[in-house]
Amino acid sequence: MTDTPAPRIEAVSPLREAWQQFLRNKPAVAGLVLLVAIVAFVLYGRYFVDADPYRIVWAPLSAPGANEAVPLGTDFLGRDMLVLLLKGGAPTIAVGLSAALLTVIIGISVGALAGYFGGWIDDLLMRFTEFFQVLPALLFAMVLVTLFAPSLVTISFAIGIVSWPATARLTRAEFLRIRELEYVTAARSIGAGNQRIIWKVILPNALPPLIVSAALTVGVAILFEAGLSFLGLGDPNTISWGLMIGQNRSFLLEAWWPVAIPGMAIFLTVFAVSLVGDGLNDAFNPKLRSR
Amino acid sequence: MGLSSYILRRLFYGLILMLGVVVLNFFLIHAAPGDAAEVIAGEMGGTTEEMMAQIRAHYGLDQPLLWQLWLYLKQVAVLDLGTSYHFNRPVTELIAQRIWPTVLLAMSAQLVAMLIGVVMGVLASRKPQGAFSGFVSVFSTVGYAAPVFWTGLMLVILFAATIPIFPVEGMVSARFRGSGLAYALNVAHHLVLPATTLGILFLAQYARLSRTAMIEVLGADYIRTARAKGLGEGKVTFRHALRNAVLPILTVAGLQFGNLISGALLVETVFNWPGMGRLAFDSVLRRDYPTLLGVLFCASAVVVIANLVTDLSYRFADPRIRTGGR
Repeated sequence: MTDTPAPRIEAVSPLREAWQQFLRNKPAVAGLVLLVAIVAFVLYGRYFVDADPYRIVWAPLSAPGANEAVPLGTDFLGRDMLVLLLKGGAPTIAVGLSAALLTVIIGISVGALAGYFGGWIDDLLMRFTEFFQVLPALLFAMVLVTLFAPSLVTISFAIGIVSWPATARLTRAEFLRIRELEYVTAARSIGAGNQRIIWKVILPNALPPLIVSAALTVGVAILFEAGLSFLGLGDPNTISWGLMIGQNRSFLLEAWWPVAIPGMAIFLTVFAVSLVGDGLNDAFNPKLRSR
Repeated sequence: MGLSSYILRRLFYGLILMLGVVVLNFFLIHAAPGDAAEVIAGEMGGTTEEMMAQIRAHYGLDQPLLWQLWLYLKQVAVLDLGTSYHFNRPVTELIAQRIWPTVLLAMSAQLVAMLIGVVMGVLASRKPQGAFSGFVSVFSTVGYAAPVFWTGLMLVILFAATIPIFPVEGMVSARFRGSGLAYALNVAHHLVLPATTLGILFLAQYARLSRTAMIEVLGADYIRTARAKGLGEGKVTFRHALRNAVLPILTVAGLQFGNLISGALLVETVFNWPGMGRLAFDSVLRRDYPTLLGVLFCASAVVVIANLVTDLSYRFADPRIRTGGR
């Protein structure tokens, strides 16, 4: 009798498994492709269409297609919409990313401390979080930007300051759940200190929902930046999609394209980001695995 | 814990939050570069050092910081939010005129979004893999991703030129002089587009949320029991399932008020709706800090009150919380 070899079980890391699950999700993959395309357009588009966005190239408010040299038409000053669209994406996406990063850093720090230590620290930090949830975010960001001159840094900061409470609550909930699990007790029993348990033991296990929320936060931050620039409270020295809409809205009834096109760009970017976020959510959800 | 002591506790807590907002306001204005005297001098079109000193003395800007904070707190306690630099009128008076349009806009958007969103979610949950369910999922992602001010502007294009059946600007017609029912109808007519714009944003979220909540609840044992008893599908859906699915929806609704005000702010700018958002925006342009901070204070107060009401409705909707047994 020969020994039949035991069936080999391939060890698949959870991240790899999630990635495979993500690839099976068609809307999520479509979102990822769209997102990569938009980012490539914004980053590398200038190699194809390199021009000064402030240059007046044609009659103001000429429609898309009316002149082959300006395929997307011109804005209220006669500037090339395509060039503006290319230049306007970078600040929007940069603010979106940096504001989301700030949100995640503050949110995770506050949530981790509250959820891990509990007791009065939790009470204090949660009251603090609730306080920031009472402030209407856009209004508060408006106040911050008005009081401290608008620049890309101030704007990212303002958006970060108003958006972290949701991340903090989510992190806290994850920490409350995980800190009671056996492997945390095990880590503590072999002498791991609080620092190590928080950052090296619990946080990696709390990451999946936090990654999803971070992805969605990028979308929220982009919408925020767009709203502020639309109101004319963005960085006055940078072109952004929101600013383009705000500047051209007085001519809305004569020309739809300078308003509709940048809005479409914002919409597509946030749409792509949220498709990816939803895809990540499903990918990390064990209930939906291997269906 | 009795209902009245619960309300008292929540009220007290709300007051503490408001106190926090006031203190934050105060320090924000003092942390900003330049002081109020310079802004006022700027509004007046330049002035002498002597005049600046007079302005500082008049507004108490030459006092120690903590003393100024104390004076500010005493003022706010009697609802005195200072004087607008621009209008030279009490901020409270300015806001009193503007708060109702904002509340009207925000509440109608919220109500419509909740009603339609929940109905859409319930219908979608009946066939989770069906075409309508797919539509609700796509629609909710689209509604969330479209910038609210842009949706508004697109509606303006559509309704100003192509189908001119709704007014795209203001709250009442310019030459309207009626009152009572005629006035209400005129306002309602103007409300349609702004409320729709703001509503779409939240409708998407409620539809998605109630779809998920309903799918979850419909799988529960007590729903099988209800069906086994021979209850009709309508009764099962609305009397048994929806009552349980409504709790997460209420929770989210409560957390939405801050976003609702932020959204209203942008929508008011698009449709020239004479609310607090427009007032805040105009104050930003005029560097009218007392008015801007006054709006921030009142908007936060609206959120605190709305949260209180949500908490109470939560207790009402969930008997487990009502009786105190958690």
